[in-house]
Amino acid sequence: MNDTFKITIDGKEIEARQGQTIMDAADAAGIYIPRLCSHPDLKPIGSCRVCTVVVDGRPQAACVKPVMDGMVIENDTPAVLQHRRNIIDMMFVEGNHFCMFCEKSGNCELQALAYRFGITAPQYPFQFPEKEVDGSHPDILLDHNRCIMCARCVRASQELDGKNVFQSIGRGFHRKIGVNGEKELGDTDMAVSDRATEICPVGCIIKKRVGYEVPIGQRIYDKAPIGSDIEEVHP
Amino acid sequence: MSKPRVATTSLAGCFGCHMSLLDIDERILQLIELIDFDRSPIDDIKHISQRCAVGLIEGGCCNEENVHVLQEFRKNCDVLVAFGDCATMGGIPAMRNNIPLEECINEAYRDGVTVYNPKGIVPDDPEIPLLLDKVYPAHEVVKIDYFLPGCPPSADTLWAALTALLSGKPLDLPYELLKYD
Repeated sequence: MNDTFKITIDGKEIEARQGQTIMDAADAAGIYIPRLCSHPDLKPIGSCRVCTVVVDGRPQAACVKPVMDGMVIENDTPAVLQHRRNIIDMMFVEGNHFCMFCEKSGNCELQALAYRFGITAPQYPFQFPEKEVDGSHPDILLDHNRCIMCARCVRASQELDGKNVFQSIGRGFHRKIGVNGEKELGDTDMAVSDRATEICPVGCIIKKRVGYEVPIGQRIYDKAPIGSDIEEVHP
Repeated sequence: MSKPRVATTSLAGCFGCHMSLLDIDERILQLIELIDFDRSPIDDIKHISQRCAVGLIEGGCCNEENVHVLQEFRKNCDVLVAFGDCATMGGIPAMRNNIPLEECINEAYRDGVTVYNPKGIVPDDPEIPLLLDKVYPAHEVVKIDYFLPGCPPSADTLWAALTALLSGKPLDLPYELLKYD
């Protein structure tokens, strides 16, 4: 049985393999689909919906949707881009994202997506919700103001670290990341060397005492847009 | 033909964005050939004197005076540009937004560890503008036409935006000039 076939993304025919997701196939072909909760080392959960593409007329999360022979996919169309922009805007107004003093600025994937989309200000009113900051751990700061509920830390702790430090608790707007400990992060078995420490796409989980080792202006997304590493595969 | 007029103001900001505007260095000589400044901290004119082409807004609105100034700008400027993170998203002053106003005032004037105020007086002179319940980005108070984020936006960003606006070209910032930090 032949397990490779063709799919079409924005009119371009690319090769895909049985068992790949749309995102895997697109990455391999040098087509970048924006994403936040997805990470190459973690099982995808399709939670943030930033990777939404239109497959044969229906919106689907590219990180979880398996490829099928002859799929026709819209990725870079005004409607899809607007949908993604709306999600990014919502993340900015639903948290307290103060980039000017955030240690993650320049390495932050949420900020990088906003740069890539050319967002100068979100379209929605700012919520300024009240969030907690947990500095109890000697080496790690947990700042819920910046959390976007991607659950990368939850999955990294379970899948990569063999621990179970984080869980999401609550529903809807009140959903947040909780820790499996007496009270705070310092009560858990989290270690600074855990993958869960560095896998946070935003500045919610921050390693202490390394803040500005790489100066602002020389960070990952200061010069090149997020996704350009994928696009370089097949320029 | 008279030159287009540009008005600028700093509301709930730190003047850092105006400092960044001065950071265009010798290009300010070119700017002066292109425009005349109307109301601005640069020339200390207190009110807009005539119709302006562009109004530059630094800072959001934290008190009623900020709102009045912003409304004066909207009324008298063809194009309003919010520049800097405070104008576009509230910035540092907006950190008080999830703390009740009364708690903020008590911390500043009554309970703060370095405060000496035995009578517990809170400044209430009618000359002092009343604080708003929250700090609002400029576009939540009046319509804003363009946004230039950054803390502050770099001199190159401001220069690119101003020259594009004044020559009637679309404001299309290159990747390196759009920054939130």
